[in-house]
Amino acid sequence: MKSLNDLIKIRDEQAKILNMRNEKTGYRIVVGMATCGITAGARPILTALIDEVAKRDLQDVTVSQVGCIGECALEPIVEVYDKSGHRTTYCKVKTKDVEKIIEQHIINGLEVSELLISKYKK
Amino acid sequence: MVRSQVVICGGTGCMSSKSDLIKKEFEVRLIELGIKDEINIILSGCFGLCERGPIVIVYPDGTFYSKVKVEDIKEICSEHLYKGRIVQRLVYSDITEGEKSRVKSIQEMNFYASQQRIALRNCGIINPFNIDEYIGRDGYLALGKVLTSMTPDEVIQEVKDSGLRGRGGGGFPTGLKWSFAAKNRGGQSYIICNADEGDPGAFMDRAILEGDPHSIIEAMTIAGYAIQADQGYVYIRAEYPLAVERLNHAIKQAYNYGLLGSNILGSNFSFNLEARLGAGAFVCGEETALIASIEGQRGMPRNKPPFPADSGLWGRPSIINNVETYANIPQIILRGSKWFNTIGIEKARGTKVFALGGKINNTGLLEVPMGTTLRDVIYKIGGGIPNGKKFKAVQTGGPSGGCLTENHLDSSIDYDTLINLGSMMGSGGMIVMDEDNCMVDVARFYLEFTVEESCGKCTPCREGTKRLLEILQKITKGKGTLEDLKLMKDLCYTIKDSALCGLGQTAPNPILSTLANFYDEYYAHVVDKKCPAGVCKDLIKYYITEKCIGCGKCKRNCPASAITGEVKSIHKIDHSLCIKCGACKLACPVDAIITA
Repeated sequence: MKSLNDLIKIRDEQAKILNMRNEKTGYRIVVGMATCGITAGARPILTALIDEVAKRDLQDVTVSQVGCIGECALEPIVEVYDKSGHRTTYCKVKTKDVEKIIEQHIINGLEVSELLISKYKK
Repeated sequence: MVRSQVVICGGTGCMSSKSDLIKKEFEVRLIELGIKDEINIILSGCFGLCERGPIVIVYPDGTFYSKVKVEDIKEICSEHLYKGRIVQRLVYSDITEGEKSRVKSIQEMNFYASQQRIALRNCGIINPFNIDEYIGRDGYLALGKVLTSMTPDEVIQEVKDSGLRGRGGGGFPTGLKWSFAAKNRGGQSYIICNADEGDPGAFMDRAILEGDPHSIIEAMTIAGYAIQADQGYVYIRAEYPLAVERLNHAIKQAYNYGLLGSNILGSNFSFNLEARLGAGAFVCGEETALIASIEGQRGMPRNKPPFPADSGLWGRPSIINNVETYANIPQIILRGSKWFNTIGIEKARGTKVFALGGKINNTGLLEVPMGTTLRDVIYKIGGGIPNGKKFKAVQTGGPSGGCLTENHLDSSIDYDTLINLGSMMGSGGMIVMDEDNCMVDVARFYLEFTVEESCGKCTPCREGTKRLLEILQKITKGKGTLEDLKLMKDLCYTIKDSALCGLGQTAPNPILSTLANFYDEYYAHVVDKKCPAGVCKDLIKYYITEKCIGCGKCKRNCPASAITGEVKSIHKIDHSLCIKCGACKLACPVDAIITA
């Protein structure tokens, strides 16, 4: 390493990896990853969410997995919790929807109405 | 794509409960499940909550698993990491609040809520074997700042302004120490790190070196720049194999990255660092003895002045600071002395790390702002005294410190307050005692330690501490007199006034503070020939009361066959045979055996 800039380059790269271990206060996105979720294709959704959050450098957002949410027929399910704990449930999410969820909901704070559970359940 | 990181505590405490095997088991199970690429397994430094180790934290949620066993890993992998279902039975719950208090993550825990981590900021978060992770937490940036935009004098001024004082016990202002050495710039000078932590029950420095070794390397390099020294030594005891291994590995990595060696980060400044192993003599924590030991001589202190800043290692100007002091430096440089001044109290800025032990629920390592009360540390963070026993005393400062009582619990923790109360901050050992501890016996324990560790160079310490111990032994055997108490006190002051180094000068503190705060216990030993806490064997007798149900358990457990009695009738102890081991009392199911 020859200069401070070399050091800062390593720092910036590593900070992204270490960010997962920091305390987060922003949105928490969870993906249902029980047997039902996994068979319905939840794993690529989870990966896509993580990729998208990393790509946009959203440091205060947590992406995690949970067990069965209880609506197995509507999997893959993605849920978004805001700071106050308010929960929004998106159903039958496809990989192509991920970008929209991140852009519309996480960045702009607007629900993605066409994916909401209310479309399927009253 | 990594979606989860599992951090396993790799401090000495958790390693001794097999956290290295836990890591291996994780790796095996994750391969079985085919998700190894998605999850990172990291062995970190100490998390602090040693009582509940081994500890495993699963990110991104920060789920805090405690007392994890190798057999539990299969379940954590298949349930939590594969299916996202938290393994509830392993999740940490506060010992004082029971099952209901199961917490989801580290942020919700009482143990961490009142802490503020500066020296320990990376411990339990980064992998100490990976320099990149240290850099990712702004590591070596302070060094970069110093080398590219600060003059040596500006560095010293910043440390001075921060109000940082030595964390090894004495509390001497760090910036001032540096400025003394800086006056002698020009020739060869040295930077030394005192990692000869030897107080019984203290493990702050070990935890920092095990969990964040690069912070010490970075700080020493900054100190080297400040006084224009190009060589540093870390004097560390060989009894800390894990810390030595991680420090040496870190030094090697720093050389590979060009963060040690010549022309660091393209500047004109060069700095070399090596670890020197000490054989574990307590006196080598005294700076002049430590210097003698690095030079290859017998570890014995010498008179001061000259201070090491003028004539230290090989007669050259040297800065010598303790591990925890150094650990604060990079943050002070990066965030500025103004920021540091917002933490702690006037005359004691910043935080202090304590190793909490003894009769306390949350044994472990913690860091609090200066000025926090003893009560907050013991009850809020420490979780109070186990088994519903009554708090009796807290010992701070190790063999150089003293015992404080319930009346002192609301005092603030800082250098001056503790000294006024007859104890001292010391390096940060804090041992809590309950009603079952005999304070005379505690004083005897510490004196035994100083007698063992006295180097023998000066008479007051070599002979004086030995005589003090003899008097204490006499008292615990029930042969002491009131005259002995007076004699002991006189001798204490003589040693304090005349011993050569800090070891001797502070050795009488455990006696003086217990005499001042627990005189009634000494009185009971000397006049009534009784040990109120039931510890001093020569002063107690075991009796079986009428509560005895005649089960015979005591009889079977007695190693001296001193108990007689028929089944279902009250048993009896033959005092001429009894060796006072207490096995009967422990065995009795109905608490029928008492001491008096």
